Amino acid sequence: MQPNQTQSNTVAHREPTPEMIEKQQLYREVGLTEGEFRQVKGHLGRPPNWTELGIYSVMWSEHCSYKNSKPLLRRFPAEGPRVLQGPGEGAGAIDIGDGQAVVFKIESHNHPSAVEPFQGAATGVGGIIRDVFSMGARPVALLNSLRFGPLEQNRVRYLFGQAVAGIAHYGNVVGIPTVGGEVEFDSSYEGNPLVNAMCVGVLDHKDLQKGVASGIGNPVLYVGASTGRDGIHGATFASEELTENSEEKRPAVQAGDPFMEKLLLEACLELVNQGILIGVQDMGAAGLTCSSAEMAAKGNTGMDLDLDAVPQRETGMTPYEILLSESQERMLLVVEDGREREVKEVLDKWGLSSAVVGRVTDNRRYRICHRGEIVADIPVHTLVDDAPVLHRTGAEPEYYRRFAGVRPEKQMDPIHPQEALKRVLASPNVASKRWVYQQYDHMVRTSTAVRPGSDAAVIVLDGLDKALALSTDGNGRYVYLDPEQGGAIAVAESARNVVCSGAQPVGITDCLNFGSPEKPEVFWQLEGAVNGMSAACRELETPVVGGNVSLYNETQGEPIYPTPVVGMVGLVESRKHITTQSWKQEGDTLLLLGETFAELGGSEWQQTMNGEISGRPPQLDLSKEKRLQKTVLEAIRQGWVTSAHDLSAGGLAVALSESAIGGEQGANVELESDLDASVFLFSESQSRVLLSVSPDVAEEVGKLAASHGVPCTNIGRVGGEKLTIRLNGSTAVELTVKELSAIWEGAIPCAMNPSSTN
Amino acid sequence: MRFAVPVFPGSNCDVDCIKAVREVLDRPVDPVWHLEGKLDDYDAVILPGGFSYGDYLRSGSLARFSPVMEGVYEAAEKGKWVIGICNGFQILLEAGLLPGAMRVNDHLQFRCDIQKLRVENDRLPFTQDYGREEEIFLPIAHKEGNYYCDEETLSRLEQNGQVVFRYMGENPNGSVADIAGIVNEKGNVLGMMPHPERAVHAWMGSADGAKLFTSMLHDWRENGAA
Repeated sequence: MQPNQTQSNTVAHREPTPEMIEKQQLYREVGLTEGEFRQVKGHLGRPPNWTELGIYSVMWSEHCSYKNSKPLLRRFPAEGPRVLQGPGEGAGAIDIGDGQAVVFKIESHNHPSAVEPFQGAATGVGGIIRDVFSMGARPVALLNSLRFGPLEQNRVRYLFGQAVAGIAHYGNVVGIPTVGGEVEFDSSYEGNPLVNAMCVGVLDHKDLQKGVASGIGNPVLYVGASTGRDGIHGATFASEELTENSEEKRPAVQAGDPFMEKLLLEACLELVNQGILIGVQDMGAAGLTCSSAEMAAKGNTGMDLDLDAVPQRETGMTPYEILLSESQERMLLVVEDGREREVKEVLDKWGLSSAVVGRVTDNRRYRICHRGEIVADIPVHTLVDDAPVLHRTGAEPEYYRRFAGVRPEKQMDPIHPQEALKRVLASPNVASKRWVYQQYDHMVRTSTAVRPGSDAAVIVLDGLDKALALSTDGNGRYVYLDPEQGGAIAVAESARNVVCSGAQPVGITDCLNFGSPEKPEVFWQLEGAVNGMSAACRELETPVVGGNVSLYNETQGEPIYPTPVVGMVGLVESRKHITTQSWKQEGDTLLLLGETFAELGGSEWQQTMNGEISGRPPQLDLSKEKRLQKTVLEAIRQGWVTSAHDLSAGGLAVALSESAIGGEQGANVELESDLDASVFLFSESQSRVLLSVSPDVAEEVGKLAASHGVPCTNIGRVGGEKLTIRLNGSTAVELTVKELSAIWEGAIPCAMNPSSTN
Repeated sequence: MRFAVPVFPGSNCDVDCIKAVREVLDRPVDPVWHLEGKLDDYDAVILPGGFSYGDYLRSGSLARFSPVMEGVYEAAEKGKWVIGICNGFQILLEAGLLPGAMRVNDHLQFRCDIQKLRVENDRLPFTQDYGREEEIFLPIAHKEGNYYCDEETLSRLEQNGQVVFRYMGENPNGSVADIAGIVNEKGNVLGMMPHPERAVHAWMGSADGAKLFTSMLHDWRENGAA
């Protein structure tokens, strides 16, 4: 049957006709190119009507189709002995033994957060939680990775404060602990902040669900909040650059209701428990359209949807609006024919409205009915499998060549290392994030064993000795200076973080935040980063089981720093291996594992002192990295380690300070090196970890490190009220832990409470 | 000794309270759905934290009208032990089982931390295992914990020993007289913002909440069922 091409009903009067769409090139307005429009016509054998055009536009947006990044994403290793579910579903799943799996995914909500930070960030959290429980998993932890401009700016403080409040609001109400993450500030994110949210869940293998519509004649159930006009074209909006007109897109940002989400979560898990569901998928980006089309495509079936049955909170909504609405807290279920009653009982208990909105068909067509007329009739695979794939090529940017010869350590101003340490500790990138995480309920569910503020958060599993270590990591500066190195470092550092907590890294999810892939220099960054990440994932045996791509992160034509964010999951074999970064015991020996080189390109020191970055980032040797991680994990499992801290932003000086602040005690550190004190203390050389161990096992740890070919240096002992660092006998730093703590703890609260006359 | 944990739509510390009772006391404890009106089979009721009914309007203001509250009123009346933790405290205030009201934290932000407290009254069935003026650490996690009551009520609370827990160090929410928890005049209904159920094992960061549960069991053993 041909969909209604005439404009008989009153609503459609406002909509352009197929002829107008083609002649006036209206497809451009919804983000389709001329070539893509021709493909649509080819698939349909006729020009699309307005509703169909809208469906194609969202399904073929970068956000839903990954058309720019698909060829690159295939380079990620997605397989491994533990992988239960790779990319392609709501979230990936990795076996953790005892018949259980960890399910996790990270996703961006950057553009919504740039125009409406509270709701933008909140609904980002809501979406990722649904992705995880739609797999049948009980969400047990949230993390987030945030990037904002410099806090000196009014607007940035507003965006940052509201985004944090939005994340807090949503996660706190649903009752999932927000246990970790990271926040960085740089002017490249000023107009285009990054809000990436990660959710981690746990399930029994038998409960793993899929977003699939199968079983001809089975009913399709709509559950949750009713549909309004909010968030229409959110997916398309997410796939274009931000401009000064982006404020007008505020209506494309949805409003969240975490209470509804909590009910939906409990109801869905109850249905999973009863084994009633055939398929379940969240109505996220591109709403009803994307969820239903993807479920039918995955089931190799078709679907008939009756829009009149869709619960609506506004009157007079057009098919276009109902299909593309991104109203939050809605799920689409496919259940066995005849069991609708059982499902309804559960939903009624939780006070959720539901409706049968369609049926699974065998004709592989996606047919939409509205007021008795067919308003869209599309071969379902053309929406999902036949989405365009763009093979772009990159070009090495001019800055990369220019930076090749820069030696940051040669350009150092003669700043005393103690002064430098004070300034680096006060940098909001390095400073304590307590201001952020104390707004997140990080202890609900009573499973948080390591709270935010250490290298990785640790969550224990009920009734088991095992635990999960979780971390997110990204370093836009390194990736900007060298995408391949930077990408590899993001994976290596997040793995190092979970290792320092006592865990074996088992898999990652990633969020690729980049500028416009249409720019060859940006595509070059994307490709390099993916290559670097892939190589690191292979070496460290951490498959990529899911993730998200966020492109077009630009303002006024200026891209953000290329920022791939890695969400790493590690498995702690036994709770007694759980380790934190704080020093525990006076008299403990401090061991520095790894080697320090003159590597200050893209470092926190360079940014803080010079206000800009240049040169090359630290170089990562994956084989060294792997041997380092092995050494640390073995030492922890032997019970030798009282604290372990990864050396990252700010280098050894910051790592020592953080361990001292956390442990509320100082140390005497004696270093020897040919390097200048500031270079040695602030170098961000990779594959280094600071351990504290009892003096009587220090030798054992040294032997273990030697057996793995990892350099291990005794650099001092824990104790006293001061952190004293001497290099080649002369004092570089001598500060009380109280002073260090005041600087480190005070930076962000001070920045967020500027004088009112400012 | 049998515990009931009423579960409202939006409760999210119900499971934690149930786990704490089981792990600390190894006593029977049941979740009770908000539509149940009777709690006759139970010796103690714990109203858990969370966001009952989304906490729309005001925290706890909708929950007080739910059927299970009939059972809670009855339990309080009969002298059974009733504890409201966080949202549970807010509900007890809205229900009039405790005096005063809750305001938004003075800094307007949600605050989650492990907070130092002082046990101000260690002669209650909820606190008898604590030492006199013992300083303890319990997690807090709330946006509306800024307890308020008028001066007359406050002086009555202070005189009767109804202030059970007080914040030490920085007051995390601006509450009157640093109040973190209060009890009714009869001494059987306790409301507190801190979460004892989140501090029952050392790995949680503090195990100081365990004594609140053991106190009740000791009292029940000494004085029999209420």
